[in-house]
Amino acid sequence: MLDADFFRRWMTATAASVDREAERLTALDSPIGDADHGSNLQRGFTAVRVSLEKEAPNTPGAILTLAGRRLISTVGGASGPLYGTLLRRTGKALGDASEVSEEQLAEALRAGVEGVMTLGGAAPGDKTMVDALVPAVDALGDGFAAARGAAEQGAEATTPLQARKGRASYLGERSIGHQDPGATSSALLIAALAEAAEG
Amino acid sequence: MSDDKLVGIVLVSHSAEVAASVAELAKELAGGAVAVPVAPAGGREGGGIGTSAELVSAAAASVDRGAGVAVLTDLGSAVLTVKALLAEGDELPDGTRLLDAPFVEGAVAAVVTAATGADLDAVEAAAAEAYTYRKV
Repeated sequence: MLDADFFRRWMTATAASVDREAERLTALDSPIGDADHGSNLQRGFTAVRVSLEKEAPNTPGAILTLAGRRLISTVGGASGPLYGTLLRRTGKALGDASEVSEEQLAEALRAGVEGVMTLGGAAPGDKTMVDALVPAVDALGDGFAAARGAAEQGAEATTPLQARKGRASYLGERSIGHQDPGATSSALLIAALAEAAEG
Repeated sequence: MSDDKLVGIVLVSHSAEVAASVAELAKELAGGAVAVPVAPAGGREGGGIGTSAELVSAAAASVDRGAGVAVLTDLGSAVLTVKALLAEGDELPDGTRLLDAPFVEGAVAAVVTAATGADLDAVEAAAAEAYTYRKV
């Protein structure tokens, strides 16, 4: 079973990973975006870490709901409402149980990813975070390591795609050949989940 | 339709200057007879390009007179932030609506229409109709 500590570890591991990878995310966002993805997510997840310490929510659902709300209000770019919706929906789907099973998390995360797809209007293959998240959720039944691998593969597989959503879509064919920054940060989020599972 | 309650208008842009200027422009073009509550919510809180959920929430609260609040946005994170706040349920005043309209033309149409005392449906229709105005 996964308790509140597990979800706190997931969020702090994500914040640490975004800190480490901020420059790389921004570099990926330079040719096809507006070169702020790393710094935006860094600001957001730093705020998440601070809020979790201060407000100390103690159920899995409350932790993710708070994290999502903080991302919506602090990021400043499109990734704020998108990641915010992902975590908030996932948190709401977990309800107020003090512990949840891996199956419940997989199901809740699927609801979160559907929320992202509805909000942004993106489908798999559009070169967005969805391309890492959907395969990750599909693989979660085989464990966290499998989900992490699937997310990383999904992110890498966005390179040859043409962007159909967001600012990158204005570039048309010129978006081909660049790995999507949103899919890359989504892979970091799932990798942090696997890290939290390792303890 | 209400006698004296006016629909509030919020203008969300990535840029503080754009939001403030479009608000100014729309009020100017609406004429001075009736003061429609219009609030810009541009840029990030500490300055800089982006969207601030806090500024959007504060702007919506400041123009809410009980007749609904119409929100117009430019693009990308401005649209997604407003949609995410609407989905939250309690972040924006009751009767807040995101309008599907071009930012500048829609803002002018919305403010002019709101100044007549029209309700939120009429303001929304007028702003959306701004899409049909072709320039060539």
